[in-house]
Amino acid sequence: MAREHEGAVDLGRVDEIVARHKGREGALLPVLREVQDAVGYLPQEALERVALGLGLSLSQVYGVATFYSLLYTKPKGKYTVRVCESAPCHVQGAQEVIDTLVRELGISFGETTPDGLFTLEKVSCLGVCGVAPAVMIGDRVYGNLTPETVVAVLQEYR
Amino acid sequence: MPEVKVTIDGIEVTVPSGSTILQAAERAGVRIPTLCHHPDQEVKGVCRVCVVEVEKSRTLQAACAFPVADGMVVRTNTPAVREARRVIVELMLSRHPENCLECARNMKCELQALAEELGVRQVRFERKLKDHPKDTSTPALIRDPSKCVVCRRCVYTCEKVQGVAALWPAYRGHETVVVPAYDSDMIDVVCALCGQCIHACPTGAITEKDDTEQVWEALGDPSKHVVVQTAPAIRATLGEEAGLPPGTLVTGKMVAALRRLGFDRVFDTDFTADLTIMEEGSELIHRLETGGPLPLLTSCSPGWVKFIEHFFPELLPNVSTCKSPQQMFGALAKTYYAEKFGLDPADIFVVSVMPCTAKKFEAARPEMNSSGYRDVDVVLTSRELGRMFRQAGIDFEKLEEEEFDDPLGVSTGAGAIFGATGGVMEAALRTAYELVTKKELKELDFVAVRGMAGIKEATVDLDGVKLNVAVAHGLANARTLMEKVARGEGDYHFIEIMACPGGCIGGGGQPIRTTNEVRERRIEAIYREDKRLPIRKSHENPAIKKLYEEYLGEPLGEKSHELLHTHYTPRKRV
Amino acid sequence: MRFYRAHVLVCAGTNCSLKGSQAVRQRLLNELEEVGLADEVKVVETGCFGLCEQGPTVVVYPEGVLYCRVTPDDVPELVREHLLKGRRLERLLYREEAEKAVQTVPQVDFFRGQQRIVLRNCGVIDPESIEEYIAHGGYEALGKALTEMKPAEVVAELKASGLRGRGGAGFPTGLKWEFAAKAQGDVKYIVCNADEGEPGTFKDRLILEGDPHAVLEGMAIAGYAVGARKGYIYIRGEYALSIERLEEAIKQARKMNFLGDGVFGTEFAFDVEVRVGAGAYVCGEETALFESLEGRRGEPRLKPPYPTERGLFGKPTVINNVETLANVAPIILNGAEWYRGFGTEGSPGTKVFTLTGDIVSEGLIEVPMGITLREIVFGIGGGIPGGRAFKMAQTGGTSGGCLPAELLDVPMDYDELAKAGSALGSGALLIMDDTHCIVDIARVFARFFEHESCGKCVPCREGTMRIHDIMTRIATGRAGEKDLDNLEALARTMTMACLCPLGQAAPVPIMTTLKYFREEYDAHIKEKRCPTGTCRDLAAPAATPAAGKGV
Repeated sequence: MAREHEGAVDLGRVDEIVARHKGREGALLPVLREVQDAVGYLPQEALERVALGLGLSLSQVYGVATFYSLLYTKPKGKYTVRVCESAPCHVQGAQEVIDTLVRELGISFGETTPDGLFTLEKVSCLGVCGVAPAVMIGDRVYGNLTPETVVAVLQEYR
Repeated sequence: MPEVKVTIDGIEVTVPSGSTILQAAERAGVRIPTLCHHPDQEVKGVCRVCVVEVEKSRTLQAACAFPVADGMVVRTNTPAVREARRVIVELMLSRHPENCLECARNMKCELQALAEELGVRQVRFERKLKDHPKDTSTPALIRDPSKCVVCRRCVYTCEKVQGVAALWPAYRGHETVVVPAYDSDMIDVVCALCGQCIHACPTGAITEKDDTEQVWEALGDPSKHVVVQTAPAIRATLGEEAGLPPGTLVTGKMVAALRRLGFDRVFDTDFTADLTIMEEGSELIHRLETGGPLPLLTSCSPGWVKFIEHFFPELLPNVSTCKSPQQMFGALAKTYYAEKFGLDPADIFVVSVMPCTAKKFEAARPEMNSSGYRDVDVVLTSRELGRMFRQAGIDFEKLEEEEFDDPLGVSTGAGAIFGATGGVMEAALRTAYELVTKKELKELDFVAVRGMAGIKEATVDLDGVKLNVAVAHGLANARTLMEKVARGEGDYHFIEIMACPGGCIGGGGQPIRTTNEVRERRIEAIYREDKRLPIRKSHENPAIKKLYEEYLGEPLGEKSHELLHTHYTPRKRV
Repeated sequence: MRFYRAHVLVCAGTNCSLKGSQAVRQRLLNELEEVGLADEVKVVETGCFGLCEQGPTVVVYPEGVLYCRVTPDDVPELVREHLLKGRRLERLLYREEAEKAVQTVPQVDFFRGQQRIVLRNCGVIDPESIEEYIAHGGYEALGKALTEMKPAEVVAELKASGLRGRGGAGFPTGLKWEFAAKAQGDVKYIVCNADEGEPGTFKDRLILEGDPHAVLEGMAIAGYAVGARKGYIYIRGEYALSIERLEEAIKQARKMNFLGDGVFGTEFAFDVEVRVGAGAYVCGEETALFESLEGRRGEPRLKPPYPTERGLFGKPTVINNVETLANVAPIILNGAEWYRGFGTEGSPGTKVFTLTGDIVSEGLIEVPMGITLREIVFGIGGGIPGGRAFKMAQTGGTSGGCLPAELLDVPMDYDELAKAGSALGSGALLIMDDTHCIVDIARVFARFFEHESCGKCVPCREGTMRIHDIMTRIATGRAGEKDLDNLEALARTMTMACLCPLGQAAPVPIMTTLKYFREEYDAHIKEKRCPTGTCRDLAAPAATPAAGKGV
């Protein structure tokens, strides 16, 4: 499962993050976000350190990690393409953009391209409804997309 | 506490302020159906089956959670209430498999009962099962997430009662399912295999692993000499499998029924409970004399043993090296008993009837083979034995009482009380007192260590030697106590831990509908058994004396070490 | 303070940024340097200006000339024409209709109907400068509260103002503060709910980006009023710029002692911490937000107890929406009477709306409560593009109801919208023209709730999935009459029996579409036909094919 990440998880880094937040009220979510930033996703060996450090069971930590859509317990491609499928985007033609992305990347939602570059995901709302339809790639938001412009955006990452 | 007046379906009742609508309805004689509600747990209010109309409230309210207020008017049987309950139960049924007849919880399933109570004859939504495989990885439990209704009762038990939290809701929305982290198999997680989640579960999402077929096979095999041992707690609970009320003692009938099933010998784990006292009592005295490590921690409860292996590996040197009574029995059955009666141990098939799912795991531990064979071949829970009785057509109530076989069936009141929390401690104290002081113990009842309080402490005066003891049941209480011990506090000499609330009478293998109220009645039965028996101290058990004379030599002797003692394995903490 | 001949305000709100306003700003700086105006003209990066549809927007003061859709390539001409020669660059002026160019901000219809209290500084000041906030009267209200008013007087002022929660529920803010002030306990919290997850809503994001101190000031006043020393802002993880601006604003406020110990030389101490969400719509529900902030799954709690008794970390807590808090300082400064001068009797003040969908001026507006839907859509919003007909408006975000043209004259306040079967909610307004299929859009609503249900209570967990199933069947021509019965039974059950407002509101958008557009459902179910031709699995409409989407 964690093929390309095997052995690559820097547990020292995870311990350092946990140590910095330990004792702080409600530390788990900030810790998970930072661990994910450091590791790329939330593999079991990392969450085991988080659980130990914060005095939680691994299942509790996993329950939290799987609840939030910005936290990933499985490895992702280099760039996560997050397509908004909310009503405001839908009204502005998100479906065509979605269809184009699926066709362009040759994968369905939740999958990663064979070259490991892109993971395609649907999201409920990106909060940029003023520029619908919108897509987020990595940390960047792209708005007012059309089937043509979204292809151009993808090219920037290839 | 101030009281408030509430009207429920036109019936006015007065209840303490702070009561829930459900409690008030009970007082008014109005039944409100529930599912996620459990009498021993905090309110969850998640199933919404108990919704009722509250005057002036915009929405329906969950009766299990909503507090009453003075003058509140509640209606529990209106079209809106009936429709909501019906739709909710149908929604649950539509995510639940239809194979009730093949389910271990058939006729003991709360979801099934609820559907019947609400008169569900058709489910309007198409069946859509959860896509999670059955977990058969442990020798103790079967977990079938497809039957889970996400009521979270097991989640509460696993975290709050047992302090483990191996089961937790994962994912979100309709994908929510109660699983160990990363959907791991139960064998790979920190689960103690205590089986308390089974008692929490309203459906068959978690059950014991059924091993009855193996026993039927052995019983039907003429080349096998099949012996059975029954744990101390079984005689106080097995009656419930036959429909008798909780707290009914069925020792003699149980023995008779086991003979009917075809066991060649019916023995008693109480016998090796007495033996455990001899060994563990000696171990305690030895540690007191040689300075430790103290406190000595009991090792009879396999859920507890697995728990401490996971969470307090640094305290493993404190755990008594004594095998549990079940394993001592198995080791002796295939050595002492075999030799004494000229049997080939290879032909002896040892079946245990236990209150416990973790006992199945214990019997399967690789080190449990000091007889040269696997010490215990099959462990049945009381539920499985009840199932075998029903299959065999045994009318339990009409059976004449019979006695256990010699010599591994001879026991004392001290062995009997192993079935309840505090029992091992009390039995040990009865013997330790006399061994240390060489005086006769007049007052046999150590009341301070009895009962349902989570952690019990006492200081016992052994004629000048002050012994600080503590007893905990339920692993969350055990955790609290061990954290104290790990910090070096408490100055304890001897601690008894039983994994399950109430001790073995509340074990994970006990009859369905094990609540704290039921546990208390079973405990009363255990102490009745103690009172009933002519001998109440382990060291006075004549069969035990004979065993040492004929075979073992002395407690903690070479033979004992070989057959009756064991070692432990540190396991991962998360 | 240095004197500048002119100020050029460049909108750096998310929407304009996404359209390239950063490049415009850089080009402006370069160009001013080149023509030697760098010392005379100041470029100010502001928060959202509201007119997102026309972005990137640039406003040149002192005249207030509004330029729209400015690209970096337009900048040299703009600088030379307007700033060097003093001539307006006609081709970039805002146009309400093709022929008529509008010169300055106050002349624009989009702004004329607005009343800016919450957005007072948005698009006007540099949100990264506390000095500019102070120059516009910032932190005066906090000073007034701390030095001239008792906590109870602050609460009383808020109560008298009639301010109601702007997160959607509309609970009276002053009352909430009063409960918390009276609650027992040494430790209390102020929580700012910035977990704006309602699709179509981005007001809180733009307020925080454009005027973060307004929210901090409101929180500090709340802290003083109820006796809290600590505030948390729980903000959704996607709002990177807001988070950055908030962190910066908190630093500045601490430095100038508007936060921290001994604020304004008084005994009062208050500090604020930002906590970032991780992607769960349900965390907008206040008790789910607490759970999340405490490090657990964001699952709503049972109520009672209410947050003012037992909220965050089990302590008495005031939780208010961003917009609510941004209203506080003006109310304290100008008084309750002044505030009641806006809006309606039952819903005083203004409301910030975000306009999305088929509307000429997509963007952010603030109007007095009670303005009609028609005035917003056809007055401020400029109507439906491409000459298409208005079909429906969804108010309050995805959990709000859908209103047909017959209800265009409904006044936009809490009570009137509730009467119409919808809700003011978060202030989202999604406008749809007649090319859209009602069933298709209802299916999208259903999909949203299926995805965002937390899974805690049965009717929401299973019901949201079943509603989506049924909507999918209708949209693909596989549904029968029985499906509608089931849909209605589910809707009634969820509205009445779900644990939290998410599940209770989830059926609302779907049931209002069924109520007002029944014939379109019937076409899908009985005739297996989609009148707009949107549903791909169904036959195209018999009559004229729907035109392409409005431009």
